[in-house]
Amino acid sequence: MAKNVWVFCEQRDGELQSVAIELLGVARELADKVNEKVVALLLGDGVSAKANDLVAYGADEVRVVDHANLKHFVTEYYAQAVTQLVKANDPNVVLFGATSIGRDLAPRLSARLHTGLTADCTKLEMDEAGNLFMTRPAFGGNLFATIICPEHRPQMSTVRPGVMKKPEFDGARKGDIIQETINWDDSKAVVKVVEEVKETKNVEKIEDAKILVSCGRGVKDVAPAFDVAKKVKGTVSSSRSLVDSGIIEHARQVGQTGKTVRPQAYLAFGISGAIQHLAGMEESEYIVAVNTDVNAPIFKVANLGIVADANAVLKQLDKIL
Amino acid sequence: MKIIVCIKQVPNTTEIKIDPVKNTLIRDGVPSIINPDDKTAIEVALQLKEKHGAEVVVLTMGPMQAEKALREALAMGADEAYLLSDRAFAGSDTLATSTIIAAAVKKLGADLVLCGRQAIDGDTAQVGPQIAEHLGIPQITYAAAVDYDAEREVLVVKRQFEDRYQTLEAKGLCLVTVLSTLGTPRYMNVWDMVAQDEKEIGIITFADLDLDKANIGLSGSPTKVKSTATKQFDKTIETVELDPEGAARAIVDALKARHLI
Amino acid sequence: MADFKSVLSEQMIKDFAENEVKPLAQEVDEQERFPVETAEKMAKMGLFGIIIPREYGGAGGNYNMYISAVEELSKHCGTTGVILSAHTSLCAAPILEYGTEEQKQKYLPDLASGKKIGAFGLTEPNAGTDASNQQTRAVEMEDHYLLNGSKIFITNAGYAETYVIIAVTGKGPKGPEMSAFIVEKAFPGFSIGKKEKKMGIRGSSTCELIFENVKVPKENMLGKRGDGFKIAMKTLDGGRVGIAAQALGIAEGALQSTIAYVKSRKQFGKSISGFQNTQFVLADLATRVEAAKLLVYAAVDAKQNKLPTLSVKAAQAKLYASETAMEVTTKCVQLHGGYGYTREYPIERMMRDAKITEIYEGTSEVQRMVISGALLRK
Repeated sequence: MAKNVWVFCEQRDGELQSVAIELLGVARELADKVNEKVVALLLGDGVSAKANDLVAYGADEVRVVDHANLKHFVTEYYAQAVTQLVKANDPNVVLFGATSIGRDLAPRLSARLHTGLTADCTKLEMDEAGNLFMTRPAFGGNLFATIICPEHRPQMSTVRPGVMKKPEFDGARKGDIIQETINWDDSKAVVKVVEEVKETKNVEKIEDAKILVSCGRGVKDVAPAFDVAKKVKGTVSSSRSLVDSGIIEHARQVGQTGKTVRPQAYLAFGISGAIQHLAGMEESEYIVAVNTDVNAPIFKVANLGIVADANAVLKQLDKIL
Repeated sequence: MKIIVCIKQVPNTTEIKIDPVKNTLIRDGVPSIINPDDKTAIEVALQLKEKHGAEVVVLTMGPMQAEKALREALAMGADEAYLLSDRAFAGSDTLATSTIIAAAVKKLGADLVLCGRQAIDGDTAQVGPQIAEHLGIPQITYAAAVDYDAEREVLVVKRQFEDRYQTLEAKGLCLVTVLSTLGTPRYMNVWDMVAQDEKEIGIITFADLDLDKANIGLSGSPTKVKSTATKQFDKTIETVELDPEGAARAIVDALKARHLI
Repeated sequence: MADFKSVLSEQMIKDFAENEVKPLAQEVDEQERFPVETAEKMAKMGLFGIIIPREYGGAGGNYNMYISAVEELSKHCGTTGVILSAHTSLCAAPILEYGTEEQKQKYLPDLASGKKIGAFGLTEPNAGTDASNQQTRAVEMEDHYLLNGSKIFITNAGYAETYVIIAVTGKGPKGPEMSAFIVEKAFPGFSIGKKEKKMGIRGSSTCELIFENVKVPKENMLGKRGDGFKIAMKTLDGGRVGIAAQALGIAEGALQSTIAYVKSRKQFGKSISGFQNTQFVLADLATRVEAAKLLVYAAVDAKQNKLPTLSVKAAQAKLYASETAMEVTTKCVQLHGGYGYTREYPIERMMRDAKITEIYEGTSEVQRMVISGALLRK
């Protein structure tokens, strides 16, 4: 019978990605519900040393495939590795981060393993029988659907980065680290990686910020927002409209078509709060909204709502900080 | 070169609103459009056609009304269009859908399959890779640039990640899913608009394809929708009207109280 | 199937007008600038060749598609609407209808692709409404006509490369004998004169044409010698449908933006759309617009089906639609109050653009002459 909750732990250049840690946290909750193990999959080239970290974040078992074929992300090699491990071990659940890697690999695997896959989940729950309830937004965040996969195993889902809480690092935790060997079929891997180029953007990562100073359509001049962000050691983010009009780069966009953030404080200036935007920030711990329109939906999710002109408030903040 | 572009007709989700009383989606009057990423895929195909010569075939699955999306693609300059429509296909999840589309691609034959990265109604991004697996061909997702090197007969794709990109090369049939940032789709044009009126849309049904009923439709779908809900907000807070000075002070006080500054 | 075509045609032109034409409308007006980039995009979409048959490089579409394109463009920018209307109705259409096979082969493909824009020259300083009082002369020489004279108020002048020009070729039984010619911008001796500064449609290029010993090859005579006046009048019948569509579009655009405005503008604690005066004015305007639309498309039907009623239908459509455009825009400015008089809102531009539709391609008075003439001739 299928058992255990597996997590595909994404790494890039040997660095574990935040979403991998987040997934170990939710996997722990799911596995505890049915008294099963959390199994971390660690695939890459020269990555074995990271296995201990995965144990510290909650994995009971780490299955490592350390091979030159996995140096760059190549769908076919990664798919071969995961397929062979899944077929040999029959997990009940396999989770992936909903990143450009997870969302490439997971659907390929679901077709190869002939099982269901639910994309971009924001909530996962499990019943005593081991059935996974996967909740995800649809229709641009207007609707939430809970999906089940009753008759096929493993139950697979990709999970949106930034939504699940990271577990605490516990260096004292113990777990098994297993080195796996894969029978590679090179004839199938016909896509050649000619080059891989890291794009070093100057943009601070909004998903890592403690405080976000977020600007919407109502902000006429974003310069004071950058000043304020600097003074509070935060970062500037924005709603879609300023990105569409080219004022702010896409990497700073919060929402359905941008990033999901949960900073300790989210300061929304001149953001009306379309549902697509709210989907990306409503989990923030403390939300301040400044808008001239008292009926703006952003006020529905704000802890502190202020009806005022966002531009004047930003200027004033810049002055007194 | 024969390029099959897989497209989906979707409701324009930016125009969907929630009925505040019944708490349900208001879909009446929401226009149906070609999914934006898919429209870019059509554009990519048409550019390859202009540069290297190609036959561009659009394929969709859906109810008969999806003919409009296909005709729009024809009016942009696509050569042929096919609609997969059968009651047996209804209720398919992504895996079942990809099984059906893959069978149709196999039947039509192609040298390149293009899809949009994901659809704005479901946002799954799954059908493309699943089609590729069913066909046993490589996939390249998140394409930010697509070009064809005619001399070497390889497709050259810039594959975008959050923090990097890869330049990939593929020889032979493969499936590429494109990002809408790759290019702005052209408008329909009058020549193709008039010409599409004289074209027939090919209808493909279950009987035309080599398919097992166990793998398609509602019963052939591994995933099921258990329940749906619209968004609920539980935070109730007070909204205050303040002058800029008062507002700035209130924000600073709140951040200090939380030891954030 | 035909249903998809009309739905998609509408979507095509609507998307284009909203995304490409609307954002430029104010700038084009302020800077009195011919929107070259828009014309290039229109060319790419085949809009300049809607009614031209496929064998001449056009789309082989119908008048309905063409006229609704003029209407839709004019909702956002009267300038862009008239560029298409003058090109199609006043240049491409007469070549299509009166041209020889050689002329069609030579001129229509470039007009269809938009590689070349078309224009029409009839009006002269002393021949406005009295169009028969032409001074421009084309004297028959051995292998060409020698063209001398000038035309004024020519739409698309300067940007157009293909012109249909009316000139006097001799004496007829009832006055001057007039003929039509296809004149290329590149012909030596043909130059563009003064550019008019106008009240409205300020991005549209309106200039004087100057002909100084221009040698026009004999094969460029359009229609038969002496057919010039007839061709001009028939061409204007078609042109008036285009101008009626432009007027209709301006009225519709004004109404649309005013509806949005009155919903958002608050006075006395509520939206001004809540006041009965606003509601009743809008109701009357919308009704007039709908009536104008019916007249315009009745004229389209007459043009498409080559009905003898075209002349009257076109005159009625243009008379009513242009006066509707003037009334709608004037009242919409009023509904906007002080803001309506500022250039911050598009409504004052629409009012200025509307006025020309009562004047060019036959003033409202000319339309009344055409309509009453037909009534009383019997």
